[in-house]
Amino acid sequence: MSATVTDARVPVAAPGEDAPAPGPRRPLPGRRLLVPLLLLVTAGVYLAVRTSAPADGDGAAARFFGELRDWVDANRDTSPLFLYGFNYLRLGVSLLVDAIHGALYGLGWAGLVTAAGALAAVVAGWRTALLAVAGFLSFGVLGLWEESVDTLVLTLSAVLLAVLIGVPLGVLAARVPAVGAALRPVLDVMQIMPTFAYLAPMTLLFLIGSPAATIATLIYAIPPAIRITALGIGEVPAATVEAATALGSTRWQLLGKVRLPLARPTIVLAVNQAIMMALSMVVVTALIDAPGLGQTIVQALERVNVGAAFDAGLAIVVMAVVLDRITTRAAHRAAPTVHRSVRVRAVGPLVALAVVVAVTVLGRMSSWGAEFPAAWRASFAVPVNEATRWVEFHWYDATEALKNAVSAVLLDPIETVLTTTPWWLFLVAVLIFGALASGPRAAVVAGLAVAGVQALGLWQHAMQTLATVLVATVATMVFGVLFGVLGARHDRFARVLRPVLDAAQTMPSFVYLLPAVALFGASRFTAIVAAVIYAVPPVVRLVERGVRDVPATVVEAAVSAGSTPRQLLWKVQLPMARRGLLLAANQGIVMVLAMVVVGGLVGAGALGYDVVAGFAQREDFGRGLAAGFAIVLLGVLLDRLTQGAGRRADHDRLRQPAT
Amino acid sequence: MRQVKVRLTAVAAALTMTVAVAGCGGAKSDAGSSDAPAAGSKGTVKLAINPWVGYEANAAVLGHLLEKKLGYKVDKKNLKEEISWQGFETGEVDAIVENWGHDDLKKTYITDKKVAVDLGPTGNKGVIGWYVPQWMADQYPDITDGKNLNKYADLFKTSESGGKGQLLDGDPSFVTNDAALVTNLKLNYKVVYSGSEAALIKAAQQATAQKKPLLFYFYEPQWLFAKEKYARVKLPAYTAGCDADPKKVACDYPDYVLDKIVSKKFADTNSPAFQLIKNFQWTNDDQNLVSDYITNQGMTAEAAGEKWVNEHEATWKPWIPATS
Repeated sequence: MSATVTDARVPVAAPGEDAPAPGPRRPLPGRRLLVPLLLLVTAGVYLAVRTSAPADGDGAAARFFGELRDWVDANRDTSPLFLYGFNYLRLGVSLLVDAIHGALYGLGWAGLVTAAGALAAVVAGWRTALLAVAGFLSFGVLGLWEESVDTLVLTLSAVLLAVLIGVPLGVLAARVPAVGAALRPVLDVMQIMPTFAYLAPMTLLFLIGSPAATIATLIYAIPPAIRITALGIGEVPAATVEAATALGSTRWQLLGKVRLPLARPTIVLAVNQAIMMALSMVVVTALIDAPGLGQTIVQALERVNVGAAFDAGLAIVVMAVVLDRITTRAAHRAAPTVHRSVRVRAVGPLVALAVVVAVTVLGRMSSWGAEFPAAWRASFAVPVNEATRWVEFHWYDATEALKNAVSAVLLDPIETVLTTTPWWLFLVAVLIFGALASGPRAAVVAGLAVAGVQALGLWQHAMQTLATVLVATVATMVFGVLFGVLGARHDRFARVLRPVLDAAQTMPSFVYLLPAVALFGASRFTAIVAAVIYAVPPVVRLVERGVRDVPATVVEAAVSAGSTPRQLLWKVQLPMARRGLLLAANQGIVMVLAMVVVGGLVGAGALGYDVVAGFAQREDFGRGLAAGFAIVLLGVLLDRLTQGAGRRADHDRLRQPAT
Repeated sequence: MRQVKVRLTAVAAALTMTVAVAGCGGAKSDAGSSDAPAAGSKGTVKLAINPWVGYEANAAVLGHLLEKKLGYKVDKKNLKEEISWQGFETGEVDAIVENWGHDDLKKTYITDKKVAVDLGPTGNKGVIGWYVPQWMADQYPDITDGKNLNKYADLFKTSESGGKGQLLDGDPSFVTNDAALVTNLKLNYKVVYSGSEAALIKAAQQATAQKKPLLFYFYEPQWLFAKEKYARVKLPAYTAGCDADPKKVACDYPDYVLDKIVSKKFADTNSPAFQLIKNFQWTNDDQNLVSDYITNQGMTAEAAGEKWVNEHEATWKPWIPATS
């Protein structure tokens, strides 16, 4: 199950873009001196021109968005753009959601559990079917049956749309280079954009409710669907295509009979990734009145009820595991090399369908089928809450001291430096150091992002958020490298770690806020803790992978040359895993940003708070929307600056998706 | 796969139908919302649940009565205040059962758009203000006058307040002028949002138990006031219209008459459910009792509503419409 949410965030270089991976950069002469010198100069200029960190006013951008909202509000039922555009979209999506809702609820709980098992049995085998049945039963056991089904309804609706739109786009991107090139930056931004930033524009266009939630989820889930499909189509061997062409295939025949069938396993993987992304987004949409487990979690957050959130988080993880297993196994089976007899292929689904129909009818006719039996309930809420209370009570002084120390020693000084730096100096620094670290192109993009933040009129808040992100990223890297190296060197540790990481990566980000809030109250440090828990798993994975990928021959050579284990690690394994580490930093920082912003819900302030408030208070709407864009720009900035050498390394990763 | 195809066909058919029904006029923002069953026959009542326990108490009792005495199904939706109002437009929300002021929203949704209707007071009196734990008022008698707050700013410093005093607020969606107040009253304070009522209460209880300084945004009706004492900090007195411009507010909060708002569609049905919500009126003590059940006695909102209903028949009997 390692093909989870975050793996999909790894940007896939479009096929055909196999630029030679840059070798280790040769240091320019004088470079050793240049960097410290530039640092000194920057520090000097900063001391000369620092500002008093004037508070952000309501900038022109905020006012513009506020007016936009007023216009939309006034014209929603009169403007043709809405009458014939957005409102129909909303209507169409709500019909789809209603249809799926009706179908899943129509089955009854027994019918749905059986249907999940049957579907798994047909496409993925009987072991997966057992898992699916057990998983779906657990929703009821946790007392969250309806919430889970509601979440499933939204997820399926969004994924269905994502596949219907994403696969054709992916095919197009692979076949028409211009489309691929045009899509790439759009997809980049979509993947960097924190889930939170989607919501306000969604309510502006589609109001609140399931349709807006589905569309937000769709937007979040579609990039991997497009990218992986494009990858799959691009990887169809040229020789096969040529052979088919030589036999006289038309272009459509080529696509329908050769390219799509050969790319099928990859396309199923695209569906898998879309599902994983959708699941993590669908929870957040509870904030705009989407039903389901997200509601339970949001409510738990409002009551600081860690136990209730734990149950709901667990249900999400179970759902993710079941859907992931079904689709990954289906991807393996979809490989055109696996041939099964025609009879098996026809009989299996028929038997499965008959069983589902039988159970559904039985369930609907009998009294026990109406509602999930209450006697089967079990919940972790009470023990989890007791444990939390114990920790709160006994660790209070320690947690308080830790929070205050980190805030005073790290967070506040960094924040002060960043907020008192004039924006133009920051821009120049980004251009210079960005060019040195990641090349001139990345630096220019990063510089444009900086200018954009300034233009949005949210400079101070952006810098406060950035300070929190930096501290959280450092902590994430420390823990990530520590566990990653341990995992790479000790197989047993890795075995224990893996399921924990799997679960952690599918937990909705909201859930992490709760233990953090319980321990540290409302503060920036809370957001940091939540962000670290959220971002560490993928970093651990990438670091472990990087260290393990160091060729065995190199390690042997070093050992035979007399390296101690410590030397081996510091002089050989870590330097050689540099790319893995850079990629990990790149992933980590983008995830940290996403979570720090969610921390706006619990007192982390700055941009995250602007988004939350804009969403909840009318007069702050414009500023909230502007903050959403500022977050995206901050994401672009951080992503470009850290991509360095890491970006290329991912190309090999998706070639051999882990299972 | 077959099932999927069937479903798709059904969806396509439904879509074409609705498009045909909607006709050439385009789709309004409430298109597709199901409002049919609410009329006369027992249907579903969609209650917004705003994030504080007092609101939940209102909804718990009303929900119980709707379900058990009138035979409705109740759909509770956890929504922030302003987002609940948007729900009137889309048909996602039938009723808000504890509204705090929101004159701007009333203008938009009741006067201009005509999608909502004011159903009158809940009987609860709302108070919003700044509070300190009682021990602080005892130790520093003049702290309860807002003019002296700057003198004590140092006491309220935290890791989050950036060298100033901290004013702890609740959920960012709550009714608040605090950021503007701090600026306009030239207070050396910074507003920090705890994120929820629960977090506010936790901080307040901690401040009392451990004698830690705390200045916080709080409100009545509130069960906590029955258990622990907190002193209100006086700000320049409220005068009508002094809070007209949210950016220039420099006066204390008004007293709120909390009221009920329902969607126009729901009101037009004039159903027993509508009548019940219209008739609903109780006291702050009633609400605090139910809030206490939910918060401190480990009851679910449903159980708390049921317990109160069982024990206070004389109060709720008059709410039940005669026709049902």
